[in-house]
Amino acid sequence: MDIIYFDNAATSWPKPDATLEAMNRYNEITGGSPGRSAHRLSIEAARIIFDTRESLVELFGITDSLRIVFTKNATEALNIAIFGLLKKGDHVITSGMEHNSVMRPLRAMEAGGIELSVIPCSERGEMDPQDIPPYIKKNTRAIFLTHASNVTGTIMPVAEVGKIAREKGIIFCVDAAQTAGAIPIDVEEMNIDLLAFTGHKSLLGPQGTGGLYIRKGLEKNIAPLCMGGTGSRSEWEEQPAFMPDKYESGTLNAIGIAGLGAGVRYILKEGIGEIRKKETALAGTFIDGIAAIDGIKLYGLDNAPGRTAVVSFNINGISPSEAALAFDEKFNIMERPGLHCAPLAHRTIGTFPGGTNRFSFGYFNRPDQIKTALEAIERIVTGL
Amino acid sequence: MTSARNYYVVLFHSVTHAIKAEKVLKEAGVAAKAIPVPRHISSDCGVCLRCVGSQKEKIEQTLFEKVDFSRIAHL
Ligand SMILES: Cc1ncc(COP(=O)(O)O)c(C=O)c1O
Repeated sequence: MDIIYFDNAATSWPKPDATLEAMNRYNEITGGSPGRSAHRLSIEAARIIFDTRESLVELFGITDSLRIVFTKNATEALNIAIFGLLKKGDHVITSGMEHNSVMRPLRAMEAGGIELSVIPCSERGEMDPQDIPPYIKKNTRAIFLTHASNVTGTIMPVAEVGKIAREKGIIFCVDAAQTAGAIPIDVEEMNIDLLAFTGHKSLLGPQGTGGLYIRKGLEKNIAPLCMGGTGSRSEWEEQPAFMPDKYESGTLNAIGIAGLGAGVRYILKEGIGEIRKKETALAGTFIDGIAAIDGIKLYGLDNAPGRTAVVSFNINGISPSEAALAFDEKFNIMERPGLHCAPLAHRTIGTFPGGTNRFSFGYFNRPDQIKTALEAIERIVTGL
Repeated sequence: MTSARNYYVVLFHSVTHAIKAEKVLKEAGVAAKAIPVPRHISSDCGVCLRCVGSQKEKIEQTLFEKVDFSRIAHL
């Protein structure tokens, strides 16, 4: 029996052939250290990395590809944004649906003297942007918001929050780990100042890739997390202050970035609207299907358009980990049980500490796999 | 290596700037070759763009406001 992979919110699989081909090509014929050595293989490696920057800026509505910093994942990008930007005495606003890649650095900063307000969200994971203004104070420096919850898939009102932040002169940082490549993002329209993304989920690249978009001028206020060789200004013993080198010390994951570029170009070619349509249809079929099964509790919105293709649910009387084992062993379905690195989001939806089962669909899933999964759930519920 | 040709090099802050400039120039139909920064010219980054003298002005115009470069030096 074929494996049914419903864990795309953790990492997407399979990847497009183009992603793997780009990585093979890099390995077989490019090889060089990007830009460091200036021989033709080194320059070709630098061109491949630059092409990935250009593809990303096209996807996110960014005008200048020098504004993209490559990191190993969204977590590193968020750490640069949080530890690089915030100072003792700053006040920061975030939501009750955040992932630990936002919460843990913010809690650490809180212990170090920043003030943190967590805006409560509804049991379905929704945030009302009008809840934000009452929290804004003179020292409010930044708002950190996930674009969509990795637990319920609930899409947050990023454009509305961006508008409020811009009007008040507050820096707006969006965690797009769950949405980059899955739903449209335009940093200008949404007034996003910092956009953290990961390469290995909906951007269809390999693990070990990600990045941070930094709005023009903001780099003056963000210290790098890591310093070292950049291939530029080699006569200096101080870190360069210009983009992107300020934040890109050490040899980049060029082979991974080659794959990421191919993944992003695949998305641009298929069209993000098409991808969204297909994934929403899969999630919709699944949501409708489990609504018809007794003994299933669905979390988040009861319609697919308000969410990414991520669906959390529980089966009456069966713990998520037990269910996950049955899905894997009996039905070849790969899913993710538990707390999904987001204890705060689970508290918000009332599933802490037990957690949920999470099915997350991707562009390469098919309707017949949803049907098989619904039959599997029915069999687990009835104990067959 | 001696050459009868009159060459210039465009120097950049970073490799990313140099590669961006290479692309912008290529799209504008201006010939420039990415080469290692010659040792006798102080280095901003390890890669620079080499062009013939007759293209110097065209390059300055094309890169103006598109890609920051540090300077253009005679080779
Ligand atoms: C909402 C959210 N933010 C951040 C991350 C972190 O992404 P990564 O593990 O690639 O750093 C994830 C996924 O793990 C996520 O779902």
